[in-house]
Amino acid sequence: MNVAVRSATATPDAAALKAQAAKLRGKIIEMSHKAQAAHLASSLSCADVLTAAYWHVLNIDPKKPKDPLRDRFILSKGHAAAALYATLAMKGYFPVEELDTYCQDGGRLAEHPPANLLPGVEAATGSLGHGLPLGCGIALSGRIKGENFRVYALLSDGENNEGSVWEAAMFAAAQKLENVCVIVDYNKWQATARSNETLMLAPLRDKWAAFGWDAREIDGHDVGALAEAMQRIPNGSGKPVALIAHTVKGKGVSFMEDDNNWHYRAPTADEVVKAHKELGLS
Amino acid sequence: MRNAFADELTKLGNEDPRVVMLSGDIGNRLFDKFKDKHPSRFFNCGVAEANMMGVAAGMAMNGLRPVAYTITPFVTTRCLEQIRTDVCYHEAPVTIVAVGAGLAYSGLGPTHHACEDISFLRSIPNMVVICPGDAFEVRGALRAAMQQDRPVYIRMGKKGEPVMHKGPIADFRIGKAITMAEGSDVCLLSTGNMLPEAMEAAHRLKDKGISAEVVSFHTVKPLDEEKLKQAFARFKLVATIEEHSLIGGFGAAVSEWLVDTETQHKKFLRFGTPDAFFKKSGEQEYAREVLGLTGHQIADKIVHALS
Repeated sequence: MNVAVRSATATPDAAALKAQAAKLRGKIIEMSHKAQAAHLASSLSCADVLTAAYWHVLNIDPKKPKDPLRDRFILSKGHAAAALYATLAMKGYFPVEELDTYCQDGGRLAEHPPANLLPGVEAATGSLGHGLPLGCGIALSGRIKGENFRVYALLSDGENNEGSVWEAAMFAAAQKLENVCVIVDYNKWQATARSNETLMLAPLRDKWAAFGWDAREIDGHDVGALAEAMQRIPNGSGKPVALIAHTVKGKGVSFMEDDNNWHYRAPTADEVVKAHKELGLS
Repeated sequence: MRNAFADELTKLGNEDPRVVMLSGDIGNRLFDKFKDKHPSRFFNCGVAEANMMGVAAGMAMNGLRPVAYTITPFVTTRCLEQIRTDVCYHEAPVTIVAVGAGLAYSGLGPTHHACEDISFLRSIPNMVVICPGDAFEVRGALRAAMQQDRPVYIRMGKKGEPVMHKGPIADFRIGKAITMAEGSDVCLLSTGNMLPEAMEAAHRLKDKGISAEVVSFHTVKPLDEEKLKQAFARFKLVATIEEHSLIGGFGAAVSEWLVDTETQHKKFLRFGTPDAFFKKSGEQEYAREVLGLTGHQIADKIVHALS
């Protein structure tokens, strides 16, 4: 068994994580404005999950992005690529200045994360329902090879419409992939409508539990609680873990919160200034 | 072919700890030996092919050599996006093995027929498409797939097909067609499980005084361009033979190559299945007869084309 060294049994510093999440949101908003790219609200709703993962939970070294023992974080909701790019740059996987090339001609930062191109991107996503099957395969390969890394997959709530998610959910439970953790960014909106009015997800926690997962609900903006829950993987239940994270689409900016127009809209320069002010960034 | 596949896979599993077998809930007892020797590397993924293909890609991304196996339409068209995005876009070395190519499962009806898979899979970047002509080619193809680092699709018949090679093919190479019989008048380029029909056609032609060369063109992508150049230069008629739609299959690939390379040629015929579902009940021999794909029918059409 190749055992990864994990330092993070420490209690998360919730205040520091909160400040980091605000910085991350500020950067995502800048990127959306500069590129006039869609999916800003989807990126903001998962900013706290990414912060908890990358600034507390994951056993990773940006200087060794291919380390076989690293924890894997798969952004299965690939349309939140801006949030992942900003996270990876701030963590040092590539220069923060490269974020200026987001969606620009000839760059590495396309609207969805690319395959085998950008350090730190574990999987090319954007078509929904792919991240969890990939994650299960990576987790099983770790078991076969005697590597004890953990696999995190961040799914959107709309993504739970895809049948492949539930195929993978049953597979992970049958294989007892207790080192796999799904986080559902449950912001109650999908691209064009309320999630539960589109396909009935509720009761979403019960569904994941019925599929054989240790499923629990969590405040998806309580970055300290997220960090603690995501750190406890495996958690002793012998099951894969699903965290149904209740979130607000567009979280952090009053005039974007729970307004689904921001699924596609990009902010003006003035709106960027206002948003930064609300986030406590000057 | 499938027994040869299971046997060769077990051997490869013994030799290479990276080899993992994923089955879509078929092959009852077929993989018992593999399971006995490598219980931690066999997974019945259930009737959930999209997940199976994603799992295979994930394993390959982390250094393993998974083989994903089930009946042809379910391991190709059912999970085509997973093949395209998870396997091919990531250049993940997954070997997809399909059983029941073309009309091998004719009696099971069009849900189980597979006459479109070559078309779909060869259009995906990074994919290699191999259609073995007999059990020895299955062994060669599987071994060759494991010795390289790209996605590969292996399109098998089912079981009990005639064995066309005399023994193991020591120098099986992806993209290198195999001449089965020398000839001087016409050249029959056969891919996959149509090889026995192509050989039968050559015998029939011989009876009529026409010398036919037969080539097992096991790799549809990448094409053996040297072999194509020679064939179109040397023979007064070249024919492609496949149990697959004329749209997008092997014959279509050769047609594209002819146009794109501006290769001069004389007569060129394509044998394959029509643009229609085969709805009648009946086994493979019956279906081939109805569709004009038996050896004697192929020979007759070639004689007619030459007259």
